[in-house]
Amino acid sequence: MKKLLAVLMALAIVFTLAACGGTSENENKIIRVSTTTSVNDSGLLPYLLPVFEEATGYTVEVQSAGTGAAIQKAKDGNADLILVHSKASEEEFIAEGYGVERLPFMYNYFVIVGPADDPAGIKDSVNAAEAFDKIEDTEATFISRGDESGTHKAELKIWGEDVPEADDEWYISAGQGMGACLTMASEKDAYCLTDKATFLSNKADLDLEIILAEGEDMKNTYSLIECNPEKLDGINTEGAKAFIEWMMGDEASALIAEYGKEAYGEALFYLAE
Amino acid sequence: MLMSMDKELLQIIGVTLRMSFFSTLISCLLGMPLGVLLGKSSFKGKGTIIKLTGTFMGLPPVVAGLIVYMLFSKNGILGSLDILFTVEVMVIAQCMLIVPVVINLTHSITSVNSACLIETAKGLNFSKGKTAILMLTENKTALFSVVLSAFGRSIAEVGAVSLVGGNIQWKTRVMTTAIMLETNKGNFSFALALGIILLLISFTVNIIASFAVKEDKQ
Repeated sequence: MKKLLAVLMALAIVFTLAACGGTSENENKIIRVSTTTSVNDSGLLPYLLPVFEEATGYTVEVQSAGTGAAIQKAKDGNADLILVHSKASEEEFIAEGYGVERLPFMYNYFVIVGPADDPAGIKDSVNAAEAFDKIEDTEATFISRGDESGTHKAELKIWGEDVPEADDEWYISAGQGMGACLTMASEKDAYCLTDKATFLSNKADLDLEIILAEGEDMKNTYSLIECNPEKLDGINTEGAKAFIEWMMGDEASALIAEYGKEAYGEALFYLAE
Repeated sequence: MLMSMDKELLQIIGVTLRMSFFSTLISCLLGMPLGVLLGKSSFKGKGTIIKLTGTFMGLPPVVAGLIVYMLFSKNGILGSLDILFTVEVMVIAQCMLIVPVVINLTHSITSVNSACLIETAKGLNFSKGKTAILMLTENKTALFSVVLSAFGRSIAEVGAVSLVGGNIQWKTRVMTTAIMLETNKGNFSFALALGIILLLISFTVNIIASFAVKEDKQ
């Protein structure tokens, strides 16, 4: 079985490499951003991009996927910059030479959502780690992303040493996006760790409440990383630099700080100090 | 990674085969009799029914998944059964997609020689049920490819099963949703390797099926 898998893996790699062979003509006015679903689905990028495009004349093509896939696409040379939220993966991306520099530019908080009656009694926990322990002790149902996304990595960090086994009846490893996991949590009266932005934008369809919102271990930092033109072919470096500069500038900062206030009564993202 | 996947991979293949087998079996049990009925009889509205099955052959899997999801969701009509995110509900969604295919194809196949067979059956004084069985057995080889089409659609489907099954590890994860997951993780090569395994499984099933047909002919 293992040998067979190894052979298949090799075959698959050959196919992948073959697919990566051709590089396209670089069009200077197009910037390819590979980002995570939380930034795009919360509406932040669709809100910011028209302003940027208007000001600079660039066209931004956004590909949104889980952090793992978002980074892989950039490694394959299919993006000019990435906007993700998983520090360890980002540092690896740079260490391997794919990225130039990690620029944390905004953050928000993860929240633990669950059924309004809070069956595991996590409401008064001091941090997410304590809440997770209570969920484990009471064996209340917990939906894990299980997809190596930024949010899943945050979950794993909170569990620390003792990550529950996926064959425990109460711990469900869904391997799906945030929206699908929240829907599942709502169906199964389960707890789930989510970024606040995605939760608030889906809340209307969900039978869930924010149970724990504060805790020093729940900070969620987003970074911009320009792809390294020395390592990858066909990178629009000028475009990537222009985008990063604009995103970290005063105009974007003011827009980000306002985002969400109108629709949800609170900001969804805060600027990094 | 591949090594740690070994035990899990076998479990995923098991769920995949179980789901595809039951989806195919139930769809054929429901669809074939209806297809034969359409093939051998003529009545008003038959054309419409056939057009409808043809239309439903193009039903997007995600839409089938959504309908099943809404039915079995906590607030849905059948929510009290509490079977959302199980293999059972995945089979139900699959049947919704496959039954129209089976009906339509069975009808096309049996209608070709139905007049001749009905004549024969009349000559032999067969009952209606016996006539239907005669039509099934006479078209055995062609109907076998219907079964394989049903199986193929079932094993390759991803949209509906991820929606109603939830892609839960050790429970409802099948090959296609595992491939989707690995793709989302960024493990493109591994996802492709899983895709090749899926094809190998399909190939094996086809070989076994063709042997079964040959054996039968002899």
